[in-house]
Amino acid sequence: MTALTDQLSAGLNSPICLTWEWTYACDLQCVHCLSSSGRRDPRELSTEEMKAIVDQLAEMQVFYVNIGGGEPMLRPDFFELVEYCVEKGVGVKFSTNGGRITAENARRLAAMDYVDIQLSLDGVDELTNDAVRGEGTYARVREAMDHLRDAGFGTFKLSVVMTRENIPQIDSYAQLANEYGAELRLTRFRPSGRGVDTWHDLHPTSAQQVELYNWLLAHPEVLTGDSFFHLSALGEPLPGLNLCGAGRVVCLIDPVGDVYACPFVLHDHFRAGSVRDEGGFAAVWRSSELFTSLREPTNPGACGSCGSYDACGGGCMAAKFFTGLPLDAPDPECVFGHGEEALAELERNGGAQRPVATSDHSKPRGVGRKRIPLTVVQ
Amino acid sequence: MTTYVFDSSRKWRLHDRVALRPEPFGALAYHYGNRRLTFLRSHDLVSVVESLPAHNSARAAFDAVGLDPKRWPSFEHALTSLAAGDFLVEADSE
Repeated sequence: MTALTDQLSAGLNSPICLTWEWTYACDLQCVHCLSSSGRRDPRELSTEEMKAIVDQLAEMQVFYVNIGGGEPMLRPDFFELVEYCVEKGVGVKFSTNGGRITAENARRLAAMDYVDIQLSLDGVDELTNDAVRGEGTYARVREAMDHLRDAGFGTFKLSVVMTRENIPQIDSYAQLANEYGAELRLTRFRPSGRGVDTWHDLHPTSAQQVELYNWLLAHPEVLTGDSFFHLSALGEPLPGLNLCGAGRVVCLIDPVGDVYACPFVLHDHFRAGSVRDEGGFAAVWRSSELFTSLREPTNPGACGSCGSYDACGGGCMAAKFFTGLPLDAPDPECVFGHGEEALAELERNGGAQRPVATSDHSKPRGVGRKRIPLTVVQ
Repeated sequence: MTTYVFDSSRKWRLHDRVALRPEPFGALAYHYGNRRLTFLRSHDLVSVVESLPAHNSARAAFDAVGLDPKRWPSFEHALTSLAAGDFLVEADSE
């Protein structure tokens, strides 16, 4: 830990990286969806409630928000809300599956200031992408990319969740981003949401993790949202803060206004409060019991005797929680294999007790699910 | 990246599109133009940055906030990186 990460660990007046999910509605049913999105929740925040949050964020000097979902562009007031954020000085970065990036919408977005777009593409070819995101989604996102380029949007981000299947394509991704003048953003696949069921088969192998680490070191311009800090235990730290920011520099507001410690822990256990509570978001951020406890020094637990604890901090809380590991256990993808040992130990003792989802908006099976059966090459 | 030389004998100020947010460690600076985020990691540095436009040189600002001259080089270093990121501009330019 550096002096700066020590200071950040103790918490900030306002978050640096605030993710705000605008709806649980989604026309896709990606197998790794961290929020188990699909159906809109009838309790979702109204336009007026959303604007009141923007007012408070502006007051707290939250400089930008990361908008996600679900598919945020499915909200009928999407453009109204984006415009409202920008007007208040709250920059918008939003993640989209690209389905609503028509030629017309691309031109509308290109005309706006302080708006960044992250397009999700989970395979550099149709076969790899559509296995995760659903049939036809590769062609659709390529169309969205064309629309943004044709509209002169400028630099958008191509966002990839790294899996066993697409890590071998990493150089092709860089090339594709380059062709569009886009930035590449690679993030870690956590076993959250529907990812609980697919993580085991899709998360990178340990050899792939090493390959990814070396690739990221050689490409510091590639964005990662600091999500691979567990790999810093391999040696030289990766660019970024290299700490678990949950409740410290990061948090999530979900579509019904619940505030969670990070985007990957949509579970009652990590729910700090609601923007609908008295004092709104600021009160939850500044004084909720959960966030206060997350800002206390962490106990290295099982990792205490490992010389690399300072580098990885024990890894990702969400990854541990959803694989049934205690929060002071090693990360399930610990680069030294300590996480795999801990999981094997749980299996020997009658199987891991994995938490039951408390927020699932998946569509009923058979509805809107056009998945290609996964072919996992071992 | 080219090496950026910060001239502490000149008058400086925050770029118009930069906002400072007070934090327990000092302040967070955000540049709405290039969308960079940076940390001002001491309260003294925040005081210096805030007082820059009121003085004809950065050094006069160091003096005005009562900064020990021994610490001036490290503050010049910090201001150099802020200027390199376009967070600071010379007061008579934009």
